[in-house]
Amino acid sequence: MEFFKIKQDIPFMRYGRITTTISLVTFILAILALGFKGLNLGLDFTGGIQIEVGYNQPANLEAVRKVLEDQKIPDFSVQNFGSVKEILIRVPMKAETNDAKLSDVVLAKLKEQDAGVVLRSVEFVGPQVGQELFESGGLALLLVIAGIMIYLAIRFEWRFALAAIIANMHDIVIILGMFAFFQWEFTLSVLAGVLAILGYSVNESVVVFDRIRENFHKMRKASVPEMIDNAITTTMSRTVITHFMTQLMVLAMFFFGGEALHNFALALTIGIVFGIYSSVLVASPIVLWLGVSRKDLMSVKKESAEIDNMP
Amino acid sequence: MQNHFPLWKNLLVLIVFLIGLIYSLPNLYGDDPSVQVSSTRSSALSQEQSNQIESAIKTAGIAVKAFEFNKDHVLARFTNTDDQLKVADLLRDKMGSDYTVALNLAPTTPGWLRAIGANAMYLGLDLRGGVHFLLEVDMDAAVKQAEERYIDDIRLLLRNEKIRYQSVAKDDGYIKVTLKSADDKPALLTLLDKDFRGLEVTEPEAQDQAWLKLSALEEKDIRKNAVAQNITTLRNRVNELGVAEPVIQQQGDNRIVVQLPGVQDTTRAKEILGTTATLEYRLVDVEHDVQKAVEGHVPVSSHLYYEKNGNPILLDRRIIVTGDQIVDASSGMDQDGRAAVFISLDGVGATKMGKVTQANIGKPMAVVFIEYKVETKAINGEKVRHKEKVEKVISVATIQGAFSKRFQTTGLDSPQEARNLSLLLRAGALAAPVDIVEERTVGPSLGQENISKGINSNVYGFIAITLFMIAYYRLFGVFSVIALGINVLLLVAVLSLLQATLTLPGMAGIALTVGMAIDANVLINERIREELRIGMTPGAAIYAGYERAFATIVDSNITALIAGIALFMLGSGSIRGFALVLCIGILTSMFSAVMVSRALVNFAYGSQRKLDKLAI
Repeated sequence: MEFFKIKQDIPFMRYGRITTTISLVTFILAILALGFKGLNLGLDFTGGIQIEVGYNQPANLEAVRKVLEDQKIPDFSVQNFGSVKEILIRVPMKAETNDAKLSDVVLAKLKEQDAGVVLRSVEFVGPQVGQELFESGGLALLLVIAGIMIYLAIRFEWRFALAAIIANMHDIVIILGMFAFFQWEFTLSVLAGVLAILGYSVNESVVVFDRIRENFHKMRKASVPEMIDNAITTTMSRTVITHFMTQLMVLAMFFFGGEALHNFALALTIGIVFGIYSSVLVASPIVLWLGVSRKDLMSVKKESAEIDNMP
Repeated sequence: MQNHFPLWKNLLVLIVFLIGLIYSLPNLYGDDPSVQVSSTRSSALSQEQSNQIESAIKTAGIAVKAFEFNKDHVLARFTNTDDQLKVADLLRDKMGSDYTVALNLAPTTPGWLRAIGANAMYLGLDLRGGVHFLLEVDMDAAVKQAEERYIDDIRLLLRNEKIRYQSVAKDDGYIKVTLKSADDKPALLTLLDKDFRGLEVTEPEAQDQAWLKLSALEEKDIRKNAVAQNITTLRNRVNELGVAEPVIQQQGDNRIVVQLPGVQDTTRAKEILGTTATLEYRLVDVEHDVQKAVEGHVPVSSHLYYEKNGNPILLDRRIIVTGDQIVDASSGMDQDGRAAVFISLDGVGATKMGKVTQANIGKPMAVVFIEYKVETKAINGEKVRHKEKVEKVISVATIQGAFSKRFQTTGLDSPQEARNLSLLLRAGALAAPVDIVEERTVGPSLGQENISKGINSNVYGFIAITLFMIAYYRLFGVFSVIALGINVLLLVAVLSLLQATLTLPGMAGIALTVGMAIDANVLINERIREELRIGMTPGAAIYAGYERAFATIVDSNITALIAGIALFMLGSGSIRGFALVLCIGILTSMFSAVMVSRALVNFAYGSQRKLDKLAI
């Protein structure tokens, strides 16, 4: 079986203007969503209490609300979680709710009401801890970006590093933008997914860049856009197949992983879909516009060039 | 023979595969719900006690799957958690406070595997159920306590050295010593220099004063010790709670992580971990009038307290013994059926208690219960949390006769309170109050669900990839899938060898690693097809495909590795688990994609002299 039997190189670089416009529009939309709606930060980052309980029969949400009201708990929310038998109680972080013992009180009261209630999970995050998790998450993001840029700059050339990072930052902004737009909960595991996908998507750019470099050696007579077109076309099959495979795994997590992995898988999916697009159709035009030439890459591979020139 | 591995490479692949197989094997064996009984005393359990426990379980009519007796503990395995819980309750009642009865998940790994260090991965709390607490040590309180100790010590020293002073008090960030006469100042400074090197002395304009401050070094020491002592106390308390395999670790400067697998009663766990409760024994001041004291005229030698029923009572300022001097405490009932705590004192405490009770027969003595409570109060419309020292007199009794080392205290509200207090007294007091700043509790049912969810994601994802790879790349797809399977095997083996904690994010990490690792094989297979297309012979195409794809594989894996390392460095808890799996998975996948699949390809095609066609 083979899906990609392409005889001629597809002139991707000629479509550079269109692809960049599409990117720019989605990017701006994502920024707008982030600016106007903001991320729906999860408990990990905001602090608060989250109690998940299960009943033997469909849960009576009204009765649970009544219990919480009687306890004078401010701004709580009660909703079904996973199934009608399970409910999730959320209490935002306030000075009067900054107490790990509150969950015990609530549970005891729920038990009084219905002895069949089973505790599934409790999460309590103090405001300080939430703030720190948020900061270290941001720091991790910066560290990943810096690390990847340095590696690519050493391995290839600064133009490639810059292009790859711009392309992948564009992915991240779009993931965040979608989370903001749909108000999906942004948790610690989603952040981990975003960072993992950042490392993964850069692969795409690396594979294409590797090919471009190879072409600089092989296709001596071709122009730079032609070489880039050829690199993208020849790696396209691999790009699509690889992403498809990863997506299969992510889909398995999405459907079988339960609530805990749901948003994580969602972030990965958006990252994979936009990763294909951006690392190929955003990174390469940027490399072209940054004005990469044969000489730039030859200097990196000086040794082999010298050997080539030997009589 | 370009597609031929030298013997050592083939052997390497084979050996790595076998080692991977052996060390990932323990994970296939499950856990038995079990009950572990160990002694809280230094004396070990005897064979006789072990037999007693075994027969007690048998008489209760509960089937034991296996019963093991070790020097320091007895382990009874069961087939289900119901039996396990029943036996735990039974033994807790039977064994009393000298033994710890803990619920445990005992691995069923066979002995020969354990003998070579092959153990299953440790399951995280989100998979086995339990509580995770992050406690923050109140450093300001620790420093304040230290300052108060210094103030007391300085007063005592000045009194002993007969240096008259007006006051020693905390004011404006300094401990200010004001002497009666400025002439004594040189003597004071000499004393301070000799005995209080931890204090920095500032000399203000007033000649009769010396201002003292904790030196930076001393303050650092106090903070360090506060955390270290709290960890020791918490460890004692957790041992008393009866938890198998608890984790108690320092995190950062002032935080302590406490993980209690399998603990269900989180309310009690929180009470026990967070409380700073202790006892003090004082004589009742019978010479002065209580009513006058309530009106504000408290005699210098006494202190006004309130009893549980709200009655005021005057107690002597001097403490007979404190909680620190209690070496053992157990709870039970006294002759009248009231909840009581039975106390044993250390040598110093016993001597003092003996002397005081001897001299005061017929006089009342009071027991003060001291506890730090956190309360939220509205001050100027703003909610402020503050810690309050709650002191209440729990019992007043007439000294009937002299006693010293062992005695009992009653006046507690319930047997539960007596039990908790005796536990806290045994475990020792916290050096500084702690706050719970993070809690994550997972019930056992959710833990079990999480395991099956994690496994399902991996299995279904793997099946989907297998089907597609074989359909698309035929025989080379089979090689790729085998390589991928070995990658999972190696990943699990390395994680087991490291005794890493497997969490749900970690299982997601395994799935993601598999999804990403296939990239290397896709790269190779695509490259081989490409080389074939430009007219290379099959043999040369395989060779070139592997050689050319290798640089790309390394490059692309390193970027993913950078992300993994950053996550590991900065992530917390479960995210670290995910990052660890990701990093190790990347490393094992490089080996399996390049070496293992190549060995398989070589095995299939390398020996054929005339190779016309590849099944790709």
